[in-house]
Amino acid sequence: MSNKEDLALMAHLMRRAGFGVNREELETLVAKGYDAVVEELVDPPAERHGGKAELLLRYYPGCLLPGGNPVMGQANWLYNMVSTDKPLEEKMALFWHHVFATGNSKLDNCDQMLTQIDMFREKGMGNYRELLMELSTNPAMIYWLDNNENHRDAVNENWGRELLELFTMGVSNYTEVDVREASRAFTGWTIQPKLPRQPYGRYPWYFSYREEDHDFGEKTFLGQTGNFNGEDIIDIVVKEPATARFICRHLYNFFVADEPQVPAWTIEPARDEEALDMMCNVFEESGYEIREVLRFMFKSEFFKNARYSKIKSPAEVVASTMKMVGSYQFPDPGLTKVCREPGYMGQDILDPPSVEGWHTGSEWINSGSLLARINFVADSVTKTSQPGMQNIIRHIKTDNVSAPDELLNACLDHMGFLELSDETRAQLSEHAHAGGNLDWSDEAAAATRIGEMMALISATTEYQFA
Amino acid sequence: MTSTKKDPVIVVLQLTGGNDYMNTIIPYSDPLYYENRPNVGYKMEDIIQVDDHLGMMPSMGPIKELYDQGKVAVIHGIGYPDSPRSHFRSMDIWHTCEPDKVGTEGWAGRLARELDPNKENVLTAINFGHGLPRALAVPGVPVAAIADLGTYGLLTGISDQDQRARALDLFTRMYSPTVGGSFVTDYLRSTGTEAMIGADIVKVAPERYSSNVEYPSSPIAQHLRDIAQVYMADLGTRVFYTQHASFDTHAGEYAAHPALWKDISEGVSAFFEDLKEHNTGENVIMYLFSEFGRRVRDNGSGTDHGAAGVAFAIGDGVTGGMYGEYPSREARDLEQGDLVPNYDFRGAYTTIVEDWFGLDATPLVNGNFEKMSYLK
Repeated sequence: MSNKEDLALMAHLMRRAGFGVNREELETLVAKGYDAVVEELVDPPAERHGGKAELLLRYYPGCLLPGGNPVMGQANWLYNMVSTDKPLEEKMALFWHHVFATGNSKLDNCDQMLTQIDMFREKGMGNYRELLMELSTNPAMIYWLDNNENHRDAVNENWGRELLELFTMGVSNYTEVDVREASRAFTGWTIQPKLPRQPYGRYPWYFSYREEDHDFGEKTFLGQTGNFNGEDIIDIVVKEPATARFICRHLYNFFVADEPQVPAWTIEPARDEEALDMMCNVFEESGYEIREVLRFMFKSEFFKNARYSKIKSPAEVVASTMKMVGSYQFPDPGLTKVCREPGYMGQDILDPPSVEGWHTGSEWINSGSLLARINFVADSVTKTSQPGMQNIIRHIKTDNVSAPDELLNACLDHMGFLELSDETRAQLSEHAHAGGNLDWSDEAAAATRIGEMMALISATTEYQFA
Repeated sequence: MTSTKKDPVIVVLQLTGGNDYMNTIIPYSDPLYYENRPNVGYKMEDIIQVDDHLGMMPSMGPIKELYDQGKVAVIHGIGYPDSPRSHFRSMDIWHTCEPDKVGTEGWAGRLARELDPNKENVLTAINFGHGLPRALAVPGVPVAAIADLGTYGLLTGISDQDQRARALDLFTRMYSPTVGGSFVTDYLRSTGTEAMIGADIVKVAPERYSSNVEYPSSPIAQHLRDIAQVYMADLGTRVFYTQHASFDTHAGEYAAHPALWKDISEGVSAFFEDLKEHNTGENVIMYLFSEFGRRVRDNGSGTDHGAAGVAFAIGDGVTGGMYGEYPSREARDLEQGDLVPNYDFRGAYTTIVEDWFGLDATPLVNGNFEKMSYLK
């Protein structure tokens, strides 16, 4: 039996670097050791599998190429989040979806969205220059930001601008002229003509570089002059210190602790300037390797000390709850229903509100989304027949839990070693005491009480944090 | 009509993504329009003519009907100097009235605070949709967010009514304010409390509502129907907010833009029809805006981010007509290829705050701005 502090720290790591784990997995991981687990997260062993596509194919064949049905696409991704054996790879795909926010509302081709997410899985922990190159040639991104409409004779600035504003340096580090010049450099970076949808449906999209539509003229970008092509722009911009800071701040905000919203970054100092500086150093000295920044970050004290300092994103709320209660185990008919839940909480995955992605932190919370979060988790844990809940109940029974405060503590531990404020604890304790000791002679009633206690915990303010 | 005057109400409809001004209210008599819009322009015969110079785009028929009844004010050339042409930043500016720094308070949230300074009604302001726009976000000001009126409530999954009552009671106590909490925790507590109270009150709205008006199935029409229900339930809501997206027509504008305006026009028309059927709505105005207009010259299949845009005010309380001046399309008058705004958006807010709500607008919109007389 591992000690509680080690378990709590491991639960923290797995919440942030993945979507949580159950108690057995937690014990196994603690036995392996923290640093060894970080290594496996950032550099998964070859035999690890991603989401179990073959099971998805058997039960939800429509999820694999969802085409015009974005809900099936959301089901696909959510299932990947809960079934993967490489949780950080999946979490990084979600991270890049926050940063490189592309939306199916415009694409109307969910296959292409899933292809983009696949690319994030494959390249998301790699070199940032390479990732930007992949992004610049990603058909979903090209169409999303209209680079297929960016022509030698008619420049479309959408991609060029967002590359600088949202994907690398952030506002106020470039001029309108730089936007124009970057856009010119990416003329001719397009997708092969889209075939008509009738009569056979959606066709895959492919990147295409059309030399005859590229502006080969001289460009001056961020003070450098040359016959730049798109690749040159990426080479210049990836080396900018503003890029290191912008990307590392995104990583910090996503994995460590909530930062102010992105538009405030030019004005508001970082929550932990020292931590950010160290991350930037690792990023630059490694030659822009994301994996190195992640490895450094997860092993750092500032990460380990940041427990419950982030509001969970809706995707995290839903995926971690599904993992906790075990509702993802097939055959389970609810996947195409549950995958809409993040949207009800303000995060329609695969369909962010705009290219700026979602506002995070406390902006996830409003009266509507808070109700949706609480209702979803409470509904899930009160269905005690689900395998994950049965597992928790069995554990609590084996541990001979009986007294009201023991019941409360056991439930908190199974919900990620959640820490409560004194006031909340007092209220929940009083409620537990009103129900008396847990009576195992009626197992069904005991299970119901555990489910109810967990539902009430899920309604606390504390449970909204990761 | 009742003899007591009802409190004024506003419905804000945000056209998210940057609505193309020139293809919404079209300067059809100007050859420069056709010259600049070879690919995404309308033919003169398809445009709904409003006067000798301006027309509405083809799918705005229902708005034109309201216009002919004198209920639509068109506010030209609206915007602010030095548009950043970023959705992000520009929408923030419209929401917070802070063009030079990042604001944290939304103008409509401030309006709600002024209307209900003692927070007597958690439903003073409601957003219809998921999430909360920055315009309504002011720390400490309760704003409900209702995605779907029919399913709104807390711990609705607990079917046993006694058990649910005990759980809600515990929830109330856990979310009651404490001393010394962090900003985020305090925010969570107050949001949770307001959510529970609001959900309890608002559930009467669908029960009290019946109507012969059929709303279209578009998301915006459904939100407007929810708004009509809550408005007619007399729950004291003064600021309704909703949005429709995405107007970011860089490409494929000729197909997407008319479809968006069809949704808007039909939804807005059904909404006012509904109020009329119930013999109410004299205290309701609707305000439509977008974060910027789009570039004068099309890019082949769409239009890029621009500057000056158009806003609308609609309702019985509105004096219909054209307000302000359409910015010049002459090449020499453009800035970076864009129409130059000639009317500050904060002036339009000021008009609403002062002439509709009777409040001092200066602290809400961060300054003094020229009003327009589009309200009765």
